[in-house]
Amino acid sequence: MANHDTGERYFPADDETADPPYLHADYGSTVKKSPARPPIPLEHTITELTGPVFEAGQAGENDLTQQGGSLPIGERIDVRGRVLDEDGNPYAGALVEMWQANAAGKYRHLNDGRDAPLDPNFIGAGRCVTDADGAYSFKTIRPGAYPVPDSEWWRPAHLHFSVTGPSVVARLITQMYFPGDPLLGADAIYKSIADQEARERLIARFAPELGERGRSLGYEFDIVLRGRARD
Amino acid sequence: MTRKRTGSQTIGPFFNVALLREDDSDLTRRTPGGPQAEGEVIEIRGRVTDGDGAPCPSVLVEAWQADAAGHHGTEGDPNFAGFGRAVTDNDGCYQLATVMPGPVPGKGNSWQAPHISLSLFGSGLLKRVTTRAYFPDQDMNTEDPVLSAISDGSVRSTLIAKSLNSGNPRKFEFNIVLQGPGETAFFDL
Ligand SMILES: [Fe+2]
Repeated sequence: MANHDTGERYFPADDETADPPYLHADYGSTVKKSPARPPIPLEHTITELTGPVFEAGQAGENDLTQQGGSLPIGERIDVRGRVLDEDGNPYAGALVEMWQANAAGKYRHLNDGRDAPLDPNFIGAGRCVTDADGAYSFKTIRPGAYPVPDSEWWRPAHLHFSVTGPSVVARLITQMYFPGDPLLGADAIYKSIADQEARERLIARFAPELGERGRSLGYEFDIVLRGRARD
Repeated sequence: MTRKRTGSQTIGPFFNVALLREDDSDLTRRTPGGPQAEGEVIEIRGRVTDGDGAPCPSVLVEAWQADAAGHHGTEGDPNFAGFGRAVTDNDGCYQLATVMPGPVPGKGNSWQAPHISLSLFGSGLLKRVTTRAYFPDQDMNTEDPVLSAISDGSVRSTLIAKSLNSGNPRKFEFNIVLQGPGETAFFDL
């Protein structure tokens, strides 16, 4: 029988400082949802080292400013970056999905019951597939901050990012924050990552050169996934 | 140049409009209305509960598995999606339609019993939990390297789905307990 071991595909040990813990009492809803038993180490098999492949999306799916009859309210921004592996090599063909609140900090979702207006010209969701350089981009508006229900703290302005592919181990859901936001210091979700350098990697770089002159401001946000991109 | 990894943050409660598309929970076809994958169509359903036994609504359940012949992704059946998503309802319940996966190679000369990799994302989960659903009455389960490495039988048994019927399509129940008695075995990837 053939030997199944493909040793070079086993990923390096994980950087444990990058993620938050499951239990972070300041974010109250972790208290009953955090597993009590430590997760069982799993040596990666073909199940964990493979994942879905995505074809390039349709043009315009990454432009959140063109989803209504006219432009949404808010400060227009362009967010660009690359999806990379831990060696700095691009992850091509990764699906990047992004969602966010509108400029008033309100989500288009039945469960967002907060007293703030919806914007008829803003849905707040987009997607794109990374190119050969791992690059992605979104055109959108800067979201508003919003208060956390039944709490004293507000969420700072943030974009939700989901990156899928090319392997189960590389799968990531995270949030992007804006530099200099005074709400970051009291945000239990941002601060759930204990390592300061690690959590600051979630803050985009202000990069006006990435925007459209006279039209939009630019931000750069690279996303580094676990593991190695396929050759 | 070496780069440090981007950390996880919670998916939050408002992801539906961005992450869920029609027929995402049906892995048996690559495109809605397209040709059906080879193999036995099955249904997996279950309930996600927290440390109080309360249902967890709005949890994203993501599945990845081999096709009926045991091949993943582009190596496998071109009509099989392999990847799927479901979201739990107000009772914490999710449901996926798929085909019974084939056995897949493990480390060394070993074979892994048929299984589905499941990752869960939800409010109150700062990072995902990852588990595997195996199937009852599979002789290969006793030789499976991942199951065999779990010495506590009560923990190991949380990874085996329950058979709900003997009809067609076969239905399986795979409940996921995030915390406390009966807590599901989660993996550190
Ligand atoms: Fe949010």
